[in-house]
Amino acid sequence: MVQTKTEISRRKFLKSSSGVALFIGVSGILPQLISCKDPKKIKEQLAQQPLTAWVKLSEDGLITIYNPAAEMGQGSMTSLPLIFAEEMDADWSMVKVEFSPQESEIYGSPGWAPGSKLMFTVGSRTTNSYYQVMRKAGAQARYVLMSSAAKHWEVPIEELTTSNSHVLHGKTNQKISYGALVPFLEMPETLPDFSEAQLKNPKDFQLVGKDIPRTEIPAKVDGSAMFAIDIRLPGMVYGVLERGKLHGSKPSLTNENEILAMEGVLKIIPLDYAIGIVAKNLEQALNAKQSLKIDWSESKASGHNSQEVYSTYEKIASQKEKGKVIIEIGDVAKAKRTAAKTYEVDYKNDYVYHAQMEPLNAVVQVAEDGGSAEVWVGSQQGTDTKLGVPKILGIASEKVNVHLQYLGGGFGRRSMNDFVEECAILAKEMAPLPVKLIWTREDDVTYGAFRPLSLQRLTVNTDPEGNITAFSHAVVGDGGNLVASAVANDHYDIPNQFAEWREASNGIRLKHWRAVGHGPNKFAIESMLDEIAWKQGTDPLELRRKLMAKAPRALATLEKAAEISQWNTPSVEGRAKGMAFVEHGSLGTGVCEISIDRSTGNILVHHFWIALDAGVVVQPDNVKAQMEGGIIMGISSVLKEQITIVDGQVQQSNYHDYNLLRMQEIPESIETVILESSEIPEGVGETATPMVACAIANAFLKLTGKPLRHLPFSPERVLQALNS
Amino acid sequence: MATFQLDINNSKHKVEVAEGTSLLWVLREHLGLTGTKYSCGIGQCGACMVHIDNQPVRACLLQVDNYADGQKIKTIEGLSQNCDHPVQRAWIEAQAPQCGYCQSGQIMQAVALLENNPNPTREEIKTYMNGILCRCGTYLRIIKAIELAAKTPTSIEN
Repeated sequence: MVQTKTEISRRKFLKSSSGVALFIGVSGILPQLISCKDPKKIKEQLAQQPLTAWVKLSEDGLITIYNPAAEMGQGSMTSLPLIFAEEMDADWSMVKVEFSPQESEIYGSPGWAPGSKLMFTVGSRTTNSYYQVMRKAGAQARYVLMSSAAKHWEVPIEELTTSNSHVLHGKTNQKISYGALVPFLEMPETLPDFSEAQLKNPKDFQLVGKDIPRTEIPAKVDGSAMFAIDIRLPGMVYGVLERGKLHGSKPSLTNENEILAMEGVLKIIPLDYAIGIVAKNLEQALNAKQSLKIDWSESKASGHNSQEVYSTYEKIASQKEKGKVIIEIGDVAKAKRTAAKTYEVDYKNDYVYHAQMEPLNAVVQVAEDGGSAEVWVGSQQGTDTKLGVPKILGIASEKVNVHLQYLGGGFGRRSMNDFVEECAILAKEMAPLPVKLIWTREDDVTYGAFRPLSLQRLTVNTDPEGNITAFSHAVVGDGGNLVASAVANDHYDIPNQFAEWREASNGIRLKHWRAVGHGPNKFAIESMLDEIAWKQGTDPLELRRKLMAKAPRALATLEKAAEISQWNTPSVEGRAKGMAFVEHGSLGTGVCEISIDRSTGNILVHHFWIALDAGVVVQPDNVKAQMEGGIIMGISSVLKEQITIVDGQVQQSNYHDYNLLRMQEIPESIETVILESSEIPEGVGETATPMVACAIANAFLKLTGKPLRHLPFSPERVLQALNS
Repeated sequence: MATFQLDINNSKHKVEVAEGTSLLWVLREHLGLTGTKYSCGIGQCGACMVHIDNQPVRACLLQVDNYADGQKIKTIEGLSQNCDHPVQRAWIEAQAPQCGYCQSGQIMQAVALLENNPNPTREEIKTYMNGILCRCGTYLRIIKAIELAAKTPTSIEN
């Protein structure tokens, strides 16, 4: 952008930052800043962080690359810098990774709405949305080094090559390391905006696609990795909130004086939906919380009973009036009239909770004059990069500095920043003291934001040959996309398709939960296919083969999964295999093998096999880790996890009554085969989890002839199905 | 308020807290040993696993009062100087952690396992480790790491 060039002299910037080290990646030359519309913003950023935008280089050869995404175990702290280093030809052993400043104008990814730039680690989009950004930025950093070497040696840049943090000139047999180039660094007047053809051919990648250990793992095995809950600051005080078990209920505190008289209590801060307490230390705050006497009002959720509400949902599904239409391909009504057979099945899903191991928390310090704030948080970021804090404090966005920390699990819960806003409210009252707000596990469960309860009614028609001619999918539940996403069957050749969402609201807090609508909806779709195959006496593999005839990439995952799971070899007595196909960016087919303890109703998953097409895979071992974790979280949710609501009150409160899968319950193996591809990378974090419910249900059907249609498949429900 | 003297990672720490304060808050919030994690507070998840006199225990369930008489407390920070305990090295080799939050507890439990049983079977590993929750689903790699560490001859000496 012309403005950038006139506003900031690169040469001047370099000069002003000389001394110990010079830094490439001067923000103005990188695409993020070139596309930044506000030159003032660029200047301010440079003033704040004079050594950025994406990379720092020092004379000893140390290269620091910024990661703009949250790290919650999915590996962004390695994958994004690795893509950058690949194009920069950096010596990976000399690379250090840091979180970038939380400034979306500079570090946001353009992979969202046109023209927008967001820092938002959700939807398994990180690698996909930053892939080209990091490649181009890395290539430009390399170009700066090459053009500086060209000037230094007085040779044409075209004659230079790079390798492993060195610039080489073959003709004169000269070689200089990136670090040694620091004193000679000069910003070129113009920088090419690299096109795909000028970037490396994926076939030539040296780092991408290799098994490179994750950068942050050593800090996660010696206790030094910093999560927000680990932050301690001088003068820090502690905040807790009592939020009640009834979502949306309003509190009236009846023993304020008693609480204020308790040791260490500094302040009571009432919110619309909670009573906040700030105390000198954590145990004092928790003591006071336990002593609160609160009258809670009724709320919209009052009277809601999660296990009884399905009869209402069934009525809603039966109403003539359609809901919001999501997909309409062909004419399902016409297809139904001429169909040989019609299948109609309801699938149900109870509420589930995120159960991220680090309870929600944040540390916020507001300046004495209230004009600025520092925030330490583990967040999946958001559409507001400053996480709602500027609005609460009534200050400009640039006055809030967010220090991103590692996330002790996200799974979608940490892209809702209610906990950051709460901490800002407390910190505003306590300024200038820093406040650490901690949710207890009980707070985290009872005031959770759950994957919605929902009902899926599927109606499918077949022609006389048994081909599926029409597929209708009605979702009943609360939360729009939270329940109604992932109803498309883009990889199945079905001429008539219809999907709709029918709203049913109960006043319960809801949120994206790993894979979001894919969990319930793939469960319904993929189970339905097997139920039809069962009734037709068709092999589920054959049925899907036919449906995928026009989707070669999907079909390749199906064939590979069938091969590695030895689909055509029957399981030993008492066991059976089930399959499911899922697309969530990447495409995957999963196969599981299960057995059932018919006396207890426990389902045991013995093996899981996955064939995955994720485009270019940056870190193969990490992709496998995501498959393993995704499957295990899936098994946990499918077999064990359930939030129930009675008269609006959440019935669970901690891990003793909200059970997660433990080590004795995991499969013996989870095997992943990654299919080779040079397509743009696609997300892998949410492809495995939604395979689990349907693969288990399909194996159960094969083993027992009985369908499982209500998640979770608790022992009671399994016994009920067996005895039906 | 009372003053307690604790022996943690072979050094003495003085802390002034109310009687009955949980050892977990003392370690994390008063002494800054934040590698030991809070996750459930009721002894269900094991994220706060530490060793007291070489036995693995959940710090969230313990009152500081009972551990200030010279008992030797070891936290993840005291396991090694340079992240080079055989179990830590195995954890890195297996690329076990994802979010990492539960891993201090997993490692402290695994170290205790191998100190008691240097060559555990897979079933013994699962039984011993069953009390430590991991939400990211890293269990298979934890097993792999423990099996790797068991093959390292020095693992028992540390």
